Amino acid sequence: MLQTTVFPMTRRSALAAAMAALAWRPAFAAEEPDQAAALHVLNRLAFGPTPGDLDRVAQMGVPAWIAEQLHPERLALPSFLADQLSTLRTPTETQRQMVQQYRDMAKAAKEAKQAETASPDGSKPATEEGAERRRQAAAITVEAGEERLLQALSSPRQLQEVLVDFWFNHFNVFQGKGLVRVLVESYEREAIRPHVLGRFRTMLGATAKHPAMLFYLDNWLSVAPGYQPRRGAAKASGLNENYAREVMELHTLGVDGGYTQQDVTELARILTGWTLVQQEPRRRRVVDGMDDTAHGHGDSIFAFDPARHDDGTKTWLGRSVPPNGQLEGEFALDVLARHPATAKHIAFKLARRFVADEPAQALVDRLARRFIDTDGDLRAMMQTLADSPEFRDPRPLKFKTPYQYVMSSVRATGITTTNIKPLMAVLTQLGQPLYGCQTPDGWHDTEADWLNPNAITQRVNFATALASGKLPLQRTDDPNAPAEPNGMKAMERQADRAMARDEAAEGSTPPVDAGTLLATLGPAISDKTRAAVVGAPPALRAALVLGSPDFMRR
Amino acid sequence: MHRRQLLQVAAAAGLAWSAVGRTAFAATASPGGQVLPGNKRLIVVFLRGAVDGLSVVVPYSEGAYYQQRSSIALARPGQDGGVLDLDGHFGLNPNLAPLMPLWQSGKLAFVQASGSPDPTRSHFDAQDYMESGTPGRKGTPDGWLNRLLGAEPPVVVQAGARAGATRGISVGATLPRIWAGPNPVANIANGARATKPTLLDRPQVSKAFDSLYSGDDAMSRAYRESQQSRAEVNEAMTPAAMDHEQMVANNGAPLPNGFPDDAGRLAQLMRRDPGVQIAFLALGGWDTHVNQGGAKGQLANRLQPLGQGLAELATRLGPVFDDTTILVISEFGRTARQNGTGGTDHGHGNVMWALGGNIAGGKVYGRWPGIDASALNEGRDLAVTTDFRQVLAGVCMRNLGLPDNKLAAVFPGFDSVPLDIARA
Repeated sequence: MLQTTVFPMTRRSALAAAMAALAWRPAFAAEEPDQAAALHVLNRLAFGPTPGDLDRVAQMGVPAWIAEQLHPERLALPSFLADQLSTLRTPTETQRQMVQQYRDMAKAAKEAKQAETASPDGSKPATEEGAERRRQAAAITVEAGEERLLQALSSPRQLQEVLVDFWFNHFNVFQGKGLVRVLVESYEREAIRPHVLGRFRTMLGATAKHPAMLFYLDNWLSVAPGYQPRRGAAKASGLNENYAREVMELHTLGVDGGYTQQDVTELARILTGWTLVQQEPRRRRVVDGMDDTAHGHGDSIFAFDPARHDDGTKTWLGRSVPPNGQLEGEFALDVLARHPATAKHIAFKLARRFVADEPAQALVDRLARRFIDTDGDLRAMMQTLADSPEFRDPRPLKFKTPYQYVMSSVRATGITTTNIKPLMAVLTQLGQPLYGCQTPDGWHDTEADWLNPNAITQRVNFATALASGKLPLQRTDDPNAPAEPNGMKAMERQADRAMARDEAAEGSTPPVDAGTLLATLGPAISDKTRAAVVGAPPALRAALVLGSPDFMRR
Repeated sequence: MHRRQLLQVAAAAGLAWSAVGRTAFAATASPGGQVLPGNKRLIVVFLRGAVDGLSVVVPYSEGAYYQQRSSIALARPGQDGGVLDLDGHFGLNPNLAPLMPLWQSGKLAFVQASGSPDPTRSHFDAQDYMESGTPGRKGTPDGWLNRLLGAEPPVVVQAGARAGATRGISVGATLPRIWAGPNPVANIANGARATKPTLLDRPQVSKAFDSLYSGDDAMSRAYRESQQSRAEVNEAMTPAAMDHEQMVANNGAPLPNGFPDDAGRLAQLMRRDPGVQIAFLALGGWDTHVNQGGAKGQLANRLQPLGQGLAELATRLGPVFDDTTILVISEFGRTARQNGTGGTDHGHGNVMWALGGNIAGGKVYGRWPGIDASALNEGRDLAVTTDFRQVLAGVCMRNLGLPDNKLAAVFPGFDSVPLDIARA
């Protein structure tokens, strides 16, 4: 039984879902309470309103909208978005094919370098093949970005996309580290998105076995001491404790979750043999009754290799773990996923993301309790969160991250984006490059992390370029296709130009109408800002709305 | 025990500070009767991810070093890919060769086996502690650079600086923990974007937005701070001035992207704008768990641009380098023994680097605990014999002129003896 005392009128049982519609009576001060309530959930559980959203959500009722969002599988993608996604090639390739592409690219890069060294004047030989490889590499990066950003901008499954951002960040991998570049799309599609409203344990297992994570945190190389690798195999002769540490510190227990250095080392021993097979398999290993491909699309290159596994008994988190092959690791993930410290850690992070930088302890406790009671059912946690009085506090307590700011800006304009490269570049400029957080802790989530002098003026520049239609968001064919390894530098230069130039570029959008924009955002924009907008030159009015202090918060 | 410890600092309250450096013309008497040296500046470079200090300042004369690191140890001086001898015991990673002239001229020092009294091996907690300056205490709201900015009277008195000018500059799109606090700090973008024109540089646009950001809230203050520092950057770094510096410093060749480029730009800014007193940059990518390499390889590829950028910083600061201290710090060291995958895991003791005209350099400071098995922290890491705050406090007091009655405000709870690495 969950009870609240903050708003007595909202006291109700968590099980009485039917009562939710009646109970949703937040104390909004605005004149149009329904619009204000709609704005609040669109800001917190979606990437802000698009034109018409406020009225639509107000009309259907906030609880009904939340219920819909909690079941994204029941919401169809609009055909234009489905069409956009269906043109992407990367999602159709297997993990093995992507790894092979990576090797081909690496090989081509090496050959190009050798050719460069060999050429008498040291000039770069303009080989057709080299350029093609670089285009391929850039295309993979852009396709991962398209799959993510097009859905964040246009998918009706907004809560799912908000949670993809949250959980990818929780289980962060960095695209700049080797193989991760070609696997990040698969990682998000297979290990994150299907599970964001599912069971925590399932997502933990999916990330643990995904080759992007195995590679990023090095576990694929961690072996029992004394292991003799086959000739030609990667050199490994002992433990690597990188993943074992971070899975406890960042993914589950939290840094104060009560584990020791010995627990790190012992968990690394438990997880030896969790690796990836890059070559065509002679035959798939099925060990101890565990199917290697239990979680994925059947093309996973995860494998448990008993030869690499440390077969001794481990002492971990105060218990003895007898030798049991891959099942030792599965057992360890079970323990971590059910640990009270994990419940607290996840509860705190969700409350910080969706409610306030310093969320009330009562809320964190309630969410942690829900996590324990439901064995880590993330849908149940989100329901509890959305029902909480702390969540319903209508003040815009959160300062938007660059990602939230950029997504909500474009959504508010109603522009149908077909070219996401300028947005990727802007995210980089604002300090939050997509898939570009180098460290496993992911981006931090408070105002102190993101509010700084450069951030405000860069956001204002972006808002001005977007509102005046200077970003080429609708260019379908890029005449200056980037030939650099990941194309990011070219994209950034493009965005820099967009933020300084007078003329609209090819693929630019019509200037945004300030009146429409104000209607879209409704109570999000204060009277003070509205007054400034009225007094400004017409060409700058929409820019002032998107670049206003009001729109920096959610 | 600790070599050249600043025994007199805490004790000798009556001792007047003598002005340090060649251009001590701005020395002024503070109310406390001490003399503050003028024109002092500080640049902190944070290597995030824990650089392997044993591969930076290498104890090449010890057999234990080669036993612990069968495939990643750096060779002895004179051998192929060997270290550059520093003092007969330690050698510098050969990828940092651009720094050797500074070592030879006595403007580069290291503090080996330094680090945190807190045992954490979490990157994030350890960075937090090093930036808050309060190891073991998570609740500290501000960072030590911000507290140093706020020390009154100002620890660094700039001749020619305008009132209200930006005194703290951070390079990068976000403001890290070390700057958290009430004193205003501006940040400038990485790369050439820092000086490129933007829409907001147009008077019509800025006039419209100024009215929205005119309040006393955090966003308005940030907006105004950015606009002001931008005006200063634009003034200090006109295209003509930059072209000139570039020609002089580099024979017209542009710097490579990344750290050397940012370092070069920061140096020009600090040289031309006397208002900028404290600056901060961070570099990532030091978490070498796998295939770290030796004289060549992953770590070598990170150290090369770092060495080049630091040398660039020193060169381009010109005469200002004489009064500048550059500190290179990282959250902890890495395991003394290499791991099973040709890398190193999270450890404890590390090396701190100090460069500057008033550093008593050409010396490796700190008590060396050794790296044979019996000397290691928890049987695996280089031990810490110098608290990182001893080094920071020593630099703040001796190189920047922080009065000793302000030390507790910058490093609350610190009660050890600061380490003196300043030129007498």
